[in-house]
Amino acid sequence: MATTTTIVPSGGPVAGSRSFLSRLRDGDEIARLITFLFAASVVLITALLVYELWQGSALPRHQFGLNFFRTSVWDPVFDQFGALPFIYGTLVTSAVALLIAVPLGIGAAIFLAELAPLRLSDTLEFFIDLLAAVPSVIYGLLGIFIVVPLMRNGIQPQLKQYLGFLPLFKGPAYGLGFLTAGVVLAIMIIPYIISVSREILLSVPRDQREAALALGSTRWESTWKVVVPFARTGIIGSVFLALARALGETMAVTMVIGNTPVISPSLLSPGDSIASVIASQFKEATGELYTQSLIELGLVLFLLTFILNGLARLMIVITSQRGSGTGLA
Amino acid sequence: MHASVRPAVSVNIPPTGTNTAARESAAALSMRMTVSKVNFFYGSKQTLFDISLGIATNKVTALIGPSGCGKSTLLRTLNRMHETVRGARLEGEILLDGKNILGLDVTALRRRVGMVFQRPNPFPKSIFDNVAYGPRINGSKEPIGESVEKSLRRAALWDEVKDHLHKSAYELSGGQQQRLCIARALAVDPEVLLLDEPCSALDPISTAKIEELLVQLKDFCTIVTVTHNMQQAARVSDFTAFLLIGQLIEFSPTPQLFTTPADPRTEAYITGRFG
Repeated sequence: MATTTTIVPSGGPVAGSRSFLSRLRDGDEIARLITFLFAASVVLITALLVYELWQGSALPRHQFGLNFFRTSVWDPVFDQFGALPFIYGTLVTSAVALLIAVPLGIGAAIFLAELAPLRLSDTLEFFIDLLAAVPSVIYGLLGIFIVVPLMRNGIQPQLKQYLGFLPLFKGPAYGLGFLTAGVVLAIMIIPYIISVSREILLSVPRDQREAALALGSTRWESTWKVVVPFARTGIIGSVFLALARALGETMAVTMVIGNTPVISPSLLSPGDSIASVIASQFKEATGELYTQSLIELGLVLFLLTFILNGLARLMIVITSQRGSGTGLA
Repeated sequence: MHASVRPAVSVNIPPTGTNTAARESAAALSMRMTVSKVNFFYGSKQTLFDISLGIATNKVTALIGPSGCGKSTLLRTLNRMHETVRGARLEGEILLDGKNILGLDVTALRRRVGMVFQRPNPFPKSIFDNVAYGPRINGSKEPIGESVEKSLRRAALWDEVKDHLHKSAYELSGGQQQRLCIARALAVDPEVLLLDEPCSALDPISTAKIEELLVQLKDFCTIVTVTHNMQQAARVSDFTAFLLIGQLIEFSPTPQLFTTPADPRTEAYITGRFG
């Protein structure tokens, strides 16, 4: 972090005087070639993906242009397709999920890395990794059988009663909707945030903790003012990994979101998300324009993920350059 | 329990010196800290045996000895940093201004007995925020800016950094980072400053600067430094303690220890026959 040293790989372009074949006989050159191909395949697959989505959505792109992003009517019968409700649903459910999962996940990671006895921390980590590996359809079932009834009969009526004056909590309590989808997503992404953040916190050098303690910090002060800021970049990374999963999550969301293309300020309202509508409508889609509109939605989701990841990178660059807020107490 | 694992060779050392000369010169001094009959264990392994010594106010005391002799362990008991290690246990008594440090609040103790580590370990914050960390968490009454400047001046770093206090501490050289760590420790106005091989990761020029600094710092606080470098101990310290395998072999005024060591093992070590 302090200084960057450039390491020139030996046996690289310097060895250019020998013939390619003789260099190929060296294991080095073969390893170089093979690993390069593997690395290049990542770029290739990404390019292919974009190309396919772009080609596959030619019809709606020409017919609707930018209106595809601006209109909110999704009517296959009259061949009207607007993506706005799905974009809205994707962003709202992911935002709800992050609002719930970030404080819980980071809090749990701090406990596991800093405060819990090592054996307890390792045991819990095993279960957290297990949770991260559960297929999303299982979380969907959990959503349908537990979260939805709980929302309909318990939480949503309470929210309406006490916070009903906010536009966020108006309308009938169906159980299905943005809020429920967000909660299920939160349950799914918490293990990611905990697992990655815990590893990052554990990797903070011991001398940072000791420096803080030797200045008369309490254990909590050393954790909150030194260890967590040190790990900040990695923790932000874990949040964006979780966000990427939330944005693209299909199965669990489609089971609990209500599958209605509506833009409503109320979190209690049913809605739909991009990934969810592609999964639930693609098989029944009739007609070229309908199918291609769904493919264009795929392109939109790809771009959305791309933009948010770019922002994440930017945020990491900015915060690590600033080296923590000057003048902040 | 420790009686059974007592060292074969018993060294009977009074708290302040091995002979009359040392005792006389020590008698004129007040003792900031007094270590008496300290035994230290990691789990069931004993690493310090019956250590007793006095740390004179506003003097530099050096702890020397070969690797693994327990000098760093002894240093870390003085502000109870050993408590951050699982399974560490201390027996005996360590007094700071006549009060047992085991009875003090640990955060209050560490404000009074500061520490600088082997490798420079600034926080990934600005130079200013590094030094301001201590005063901020302790809610110092002095304006933060003034105490930062005062500490940087005392650490002989002010002139080099005064124009870019808000740059990241990581942009400083290793030697500057170590002086920043010293400034950070000084900012809480400790009575005692502990240094654990503060120059072992530094080049000779930075080392010379830190050594010079240690001598100057005597005006503000009492200093205990661990070093594996005997020349360094000879240059900067007033008193030197020589440890070997967890035992205090000899503790005398520095000139005396290096010129007329009382114990043959001390002589063997300082003449370079082992270690």
